[in-house]
Amino acid sequence: MTDADEAHATGVTPMANQIAGFFVSQGDHAAAVAGTADHIKAFWAPVMRRELLALVDAGQAEGLSDVAREAILRLR
Amino acid sequence: MSLIQETDFGAPAVRSEKTVTLTIDGVQVTVPEGTSLMRAAKELGTTIPKLCATDSVAAFGSCRLCLVEIEGRAGTPASCTTPVAEGMVVSTQTPKLAKLRRGVMELYISDHPLDCLTCAANGDCELQDMAGAVGLREVRYGYDGANHLTAAKDASNPYFTYDASKCIVCSRCVRACEEVQGTFALTIAGRGFGSRVSPGQSESFMTSECVSCGACVQACPTATLTETRVIEIGQPEHSAVTTCAYCGVGCAFKAEMRGEELVRMVPWKAGKANRGHSCVKGRFAWGYATHRERVTEPMIRASIHDPWKVVSWDEAIAHTASEFKRIQGQYGRDSVGGITSSRCTNEETYLVQKLVRTAFGNHNVDTCARVCHSPTGYGLKTTFGASAGTQDFDSVEETDVMVVIGANPTDAHPVFASRMKKRLRQGARLIVIDPRRIDLVRSARVQADHHLALRPGTNVAVLTAMAHVIVTEGLADEAYVRERCDLQAYAHWAEFVSLPQHGPEATEAVTGVPAAELRAAARLYATGGNGSIYYGLGVTEHSQGSTTVMAIANLAMVTGNIGRPGVGVNPLRGQNNVQGACDMGSFPHEFSGYRHVSDDETRQLFEEAWGVALGDEPGLRIPNMLDEAVAGHFKGLYVQGEDILQSDPNTRHVAAGLAAMECVVVQDLFLNETANYAHVFLPGSTFLEKDGTFTNAERRIQRVRKVMRPRNGYADWEVTQMLSNALGYPMAYDHPSQIMDEIARLTPSFAGVSFEKLDALGSIQWPCNAAAPEGTPVMHIDHFVRGKGQFILTEYVPTEEKVGPRYPLLLTTGRILSQYNVGAQTRRTENSRWHAEDVLEIHPHDAEERGVRDGDWVRLKSRSGETALRAEITDRVAPGVVYTTFHHPLTQANVITTDHSDWATNCPEYKVTAVQVSRGNGPAEWQVEYTAQARKSRRIEAAE
Repeated sequence: MTDADEAHATGVTPMANQIAGFFVSQGDHAAAVAGTADHIKAFWAPVMRRELLALVDAGQAEGLSDVAREAILRLR
Repeated sequence: MSLIQETDFGAPAVRSEKTVTLTIDGVQVTVPEGTSLMRAAKELGTTIPKLCATDSVAAFGSCRLCLVEIEGRAGTPASCTTPVAEGMVVSTQTPKLAKLRRGVMELYISDHPLDCLTCAANGDCELQDMAGAVGLREVRYGYDGANHLTAAKDASNPYFTYDASKCIVCSRCVRACEEVQGTFALTIAGRGFGSRVSPGQSESFMTSECVSCGACVQACPTATLTETRVIEIGQPEHSAVTTCAYCGVGCAFKAEMRGEELVRMVPWKAGKANRGHSCVKGRFAWGYATHRERVTEPMIRASIHDPWKVVSWDEAIAHTASEFKRIQGQYGRDSVGGITSSRCTNEETYLVQKLVRTAFGNHNVDTCARVCHSPTGYGLKTTFGASAGTQDFDSVEETDVMVVIGANPTDAHPVFASRMKKRLRQGARLIVIDPRRIDLVRSARVQADHHLALRPGTNVAVLTAMAHVIVTEGLADEAYVRERCDLQAYAHWAEFVSLPQHGPEATEAVTGVPAAELRAAARLYATGGNGSIYYGLGVTEHSQGSTTVMAIANLAMVTGNIGRPGVGVNPLRGQNNVQGACDMGSFPHEFSGYRHVSDDETRQLFEEAWGVALGDEPGLRIPNMLDEAVAGHFKGLYVQGEDILQSDPNTRHVAAGLAAMECVVVQDLFLNETANYAHVFLPGSTFLEKDGTFTNAERRIQRVRKVMRPRNGYADWEVTQMLSNALGYPMAYDHPSQIMDEIARLTPSFAGVSFEKLDALGSIQWPCNAAAPEGTPVMHIDHFVRGKGQFILTEYVPTEEKVGPRYPLLLTTGRILSQYNVGAQTRRTENSRWHAEDVLEIHPHDAEERGVRDGDWVRLKSRSGETALRAEITDRVAPGVVYTTFHHPLTQANVITTDHSDWATNCPEYKVTAVQVSRGNGPAEWQVEYTAQARKSRRIEAAE
C-alpha cells in the first residue's frame, strides 16, 4: 500500500475539506486557510498530516478544496 | 463502621430571607418563615411522633400523630402542616397529646399484622418506632374486626414487593411518586376503610406506569413497600456513601452492606446532584457486579481465533508488556495507544493517559467522549473558554424557560429529569427541540410550550434561525453583550444571522419546523426570564456537532443567559465520568485541565513531574487509530472499560481495525464485544470495589468508596500501575488519594481538590483553587473564562449522509430508561424485563407503506450494513424518521451507522443515517454469523 493509498483508507481528504468548510464560513480566504491550518495542527496526529501531504504530492488529492490544500501545504 | 442514619425533618426546608422566632418546649428557636412546626422542633433536636410526614414531600396532615398544643390556640393542630409564627409557644409532649397519640396508634395497630419478629422491616419500621414512642401497651379494639390482613401481595416488580396488608394509607408513596419522581403512577383507590394504594388503575406495579425509581419504597414508613433483597436476606448493618456508576447525573447513594454483601443502594439525601432521589438503574441494577458471567481471572491467547487461556496476573502483565515492547520495536513508538474509560474513576483515567504518555511514549490516548461529548469540549472552550457546562443542577430551581435540545432526560438522565419536571410543574416554560416526541413533550402534568420536531441533521439551521428572530426582532440583551462579549465578533455574527436566508421562513423547508412555531419559541427563550439550555447527544453526534454547541452558546450569550443561577448551557453527560475522563487529559491533544500538548510551559511541568520527554504534537483519536490500523500502521491497543466494537460507529470498520492489530488488551468486567478481537483480557473491578472519584455533568467531583474487595484481586488503577511498571515506567501509588494529589499539583482547575476536602465537603465542583477553595457551582459569573464571550458564525452545512430512493428514511439512535449504553451492566440485571431487545420505532405511515405490522421482524439497511430487529409502530417518530436503541449486541445498531463525523472532533454522526426498512423474517445473516463468531471467540481453554 502506498502512502497515497493509505491516505485514501484513512479518509483524510474529506476530513480536511470539512474543516476547511467551517473556516470558509468564518471569514475571508486568508483567514480560512489560517484557521484550517491551525485546526489541523492542533488536532491531527502528524501521521495524518503526512498522509494528506503525500496525496497532494502524488497528485491524487482530487476533491481537496483549495483552502484545505493551501492549509496542508502550509504545514509541510 | 455503622449504618449511616439520616435525619428526617418531617417537612421540606423552606427558603425565606425572613426568620421567625418561637418557643418549643421552653426552648427558643429561629427558623425561616414558612417552616412547619415539626421541622422547627427537629432543628432543635425534638422529635414529634409522625407517620405520614417525611421531609422529601410536602406535609399532608393525615396521620394525626404529630399533634401539638399552642398557647392561645384551641385544639391540637398537626405540627407538620402548621407554619411557625413569631412568638408562638408550643408544647410537643403533654398528657392530652400522649392520650390522643396512643388512641391513634391503637387504631393503626388494630389493622396491622403483628408479625414484627418475622417482618422484613424489623428494626427499620417507623410504625414500630411510633408504637414505642407513644407508649402503646394495649389495643382496646382487639384484632377481630374488619381488617386488611389478608390483602394480596404484589411481587410483580423484580426489585420491590408491595404488601398491602401492612399499608397504613399514609400516602407517602403516592406523594413521592408525584412530587419527587413526577410520574404520578400511584394513587389511593377507594374511599374510607376501602382506601388502598394502587398503581395506575388497579394494575400491578410491573404493568403500570411505575418507572421503578424507588421513591415510593424510600418513602414508605412500614414494610408495605420493601426491597426484595431485604426480604430475602435481611437488614444491612453498615454503610458507606458512594457515587452511582451509571449516567452523568452522579447520584450519591448509601451502599448498605452486610459484611461484604451489598444489601441495597439507598439514595443519600445530602447528595447535591440527586438530593435523595434515584432511578431504576442506580437504585436497583447493580446485580451485574456478582453476575456469573463476570470474568475474574486474566486470560491471554496468541490469536483471536484461539480459545482463551487463564493465566496468573504476573504472566498476563508480563505478556502484555512484552507484546507492546515487541510491537513498538517492530513498527515504531507510535504504533500503539490506549483508551481511557468514562466508567472508571478520575484517578484511573488519569493513570491510563499517563501510562500512554510515559510508558508508551506517545499521545495516542483517547476516550469514549470522542464518540459523545467531544464537540461540547471544543464548542464551549471556543465560545466561553471552558470545556464544561456552566451550572449546577440546583440551578434548574431558578429557571423560567428550559430549552431541551437533542436530549431525552426522562430516559437518559432520569433523576435530573425529575427535578426538571418539578420546576415545570411550578410554572417554568418548556421548549423541546427533537425529532422525536420525547416524554417531556407531554407527560403527567408536563406539557411543552413548543416542540420543534426538526428533521435529523438540521440543528444548526434551527438554532441559527432562532438567533435570527432574536436579533432581527430586537430581543438581544445588548447591555449584557456590550459588557461581557467580544463586540467585533458580535457585530459580525449579528449581521450573519440577520441575513434573510437564516430566517425561519427560509429554513422551514429544510428543517421541517414551522416558521411561526420557531419564532414563538425564540421569543419565549429570549424574553421569558431566566433561560437555560439542556442538551445531549442529539446535539453533538452530528457532522456539525461542534457548530451546534457553538450555536447554543451564541443563543445563551445574546440573551444574557450566562453567569448566574437559573440560566446557562448544560450538556447532559452520558456516562458517570465522561466529564472527568475529559478533565483528566484523556484526549490526544491535551493534558489534564484542557491544556494543549504544544504549550511549552505545561509540557515542561509534566516532563519535570513525570521525568520523561513529551511530544508537542497530538496523538491519534479513536477513529484515527482504527483507520491507521486498517492502513497497517497501528498495531497495539490498551482499552480500559470501553466496548468500542458495540458502541462506535460502522461496526464492520471497527472490527476490521481491531482485527488488523497484533495485541488488543481489554480490561473489563465481562468478555464484551471488543474482547472478541482481543489477545489479552485483564479483569476489571466494579465501582463497589475501589476508591476514587467521579465527576458528573455539573463538574461535581464526588467520592467513590470501596465497600468490598475486588473479586478480580485488583482495582483498575492497580492493574494500570502493574502494566506501567512492567513496561519500565515506574509507578508506586499506594492509594488513589495519592493520584488525586498529583492531579491537583499539575492541574490548576483541580489545585484545591483532595480526598480529605472531598470527605469534609461531600463534593466539589471544579474549578477549585485559591480563588474558589470550595469549588464553583456557576461559572462565568463576572466574566467568561476566556475573557470576552466569543460569538461564532454557524453556517448550516447539510450532512453528506443523504436520503434517496435506495435509503429514503433517516435513522436516529438513543437510549431507554432501563438500559445503559452497550448494556454490559444492565443486560445482566432484571432491568432486561423492561427492555429485552432493541426495537425499531417507525411511523404508522411508513410502516403501512412497507406492509410492516407491530412486532414484525424488519430489515434495516444503510450504506454501511444491515441488521434486523422487531418493529414498534408509533407516531412518537415523524414520518420519514425511524429510531432505535443500541443496548443489545445481537442487534448492533452501529452496523448501520456510518463513518461521517463532526468536522472539528471526529465525533461520529450517530444521529443521522439514511436507511431503508423492509419486512424480514428473523435475524440477518450477519447477525447469525456474528453470534457464532462471538460464541467461538469466548471459549476458554479447560484447565490442565
